[in-house]
Amino acid sequence: MDQATPPPVTLTLSRETPLDPPAALGRWREESPLRPMAYADGHMGWLATGHAVVRAVLADPRFSARAEHLHPALPEQKRRMSVVSSTPGFFLREDPPEHTRFRRLLTGQFTVRRMKALEPRIEKITSDMLDAMEAAGPPADLVRDFALPIPSLVICELLGVPYADHDRFQRDSSALLSFDSTAEQFAQAIRSLMGYLRGLVERRREEPDDGLISGLLSTGELTDDEVTGVAVLLLIAGHETTANMLALGTYTLLGEPEQLAALRKDPSLIDTAVEELLRYLTIVHLGPIRTALEDAEIGGRLVKAGQSVTLSLSAADRDPAKFGEPDTLDVGREAPGHVAFGHGIHQCLGQQLARVEMRIGYLALLNRFPGLSLAVPREEVVMRSNSAIYGVQRLPVTW
Amino acid sequence: MKIHADAGRCVGAGMCALTAPELFDQSEEDGTVLVLRAEPSTAQEATARRAVQVCPSGALSIS
Repeated sequence: MDQATPPPVTLTLSRETPLDPPAALGRWREESPLRPMAYADGHMGWLATGHAVVRAVLADPRFSARAEHLHPALPEQKRRMSVVSSTPGFFLREDPPEHTRFRRLLTGQFTVRRMKALEPRIEKITSDMLDAMEAAGPPADLVRDFALPIPSLVICELLGVPYADHDRFQRDSSALLSFDSTAEQFAQAIRSLMGYLRGLVERRREEPDDGLISGLLSTGELTDDEVTGVAVLLLIAGHETTANMLALGTYTLLGEPEQLAALRKDPSLIDTAVEELLRYLTIVHLGPIRTALEDAEIGGRLVKAGQSVTLSLSAADRDPAKFGEPDTLDVGREAPGHVAFGHGIHQCLGQQLARVEMRIGYLALLNRFPGLSLAVPREEVVMRSNSAIYGVQRLPVTW
Repeated sequence: MKIHADAGRCVGAGMCALTAPELFDQSEEDGTVLVLRAEPSTAQEATARRAVQVCPSGALSIS
């Protein structure tokens, strides 16, 4: 406890420029990478903005992810917490050993090797989408016609969810992530999605396929309610996240002609380009939140038992103490250790799938349309500012 | 250099297999870490350190 404690702040999501985290986060990080923050329910907790302290908290078993301990960082988060805490199978909000029970059943399905084996199928899905875009002719909405359907189709095939129902679950999951949803809309969306997947789980009990839902059922280790919860989590996580990275990443590259040209000229840069876009954009722009189960000295400060810490992944990934010229996009940058997928035992289960989807998606799109450009002025592209996952609402493109 | 892996702490994120495929793989069954080569060559030491550094669960260490 060597430094004076700075005054508390309240979290903001409002950005001055579309691709950079709110400037206040950077100022706060400079002053104190871990500082007091006033939560929406009156709780006095903490905000972590520095890379090292964010990583330290996420890796520390003294901090819990369980929903019943969490305080909402923003007023809009209050209503979703009660719903999430009462949903079995939402292992994102569990601690060990309960978390371990779920995660262990799933990790074998998402290994680097297995995701690599999916490449031909993902390439085919991607090229089918591009064929359809090309046949319909420009302009196209890259979100609707490319970025959303690719990961959505892939996660449906992995889980064994009929893609024909995509309108329904895409609408529900979008409502679940949006802070503009009313309490009513939020509750309705979760009921609808749970009901839909619960029905599917029952069907797969009778008629198993080779998807993940049937695989989980066959282990005999989870109840139908738990399998439903896991399926809800994977379905939302599997398509909303990569979809936003594909569209926002394309928007970013189109605004950086030199970086785009470098990638077009040398496609072998795609591995570092994907990591750099993940770092630079870090689309989980709110949270996660952890709560101390006991007094914990961390980053030179004392977090008391019961206090919540909001971990700003997007601020951490722009920390100059970790990344040189952090606000510059450099597709050739070799700087491992970004926290775009989080850190610790909850680090994204599907990250290797997301990497494969992005590598294939960006390259196939650039190859197919050498003249790809925005179909509207850049400043007219509307951002998804008020969602748990940042991105673009629509991305009108031409070629 | 010697690599130690604690499969009990591993969460199967696959960062080691992605970063240093010549040193690590993942179990087909539960995705947890498999060390392919516990004593990396001198040329592989930097990659091994990097893999340890990016492991999200602290399951890897070197001595």
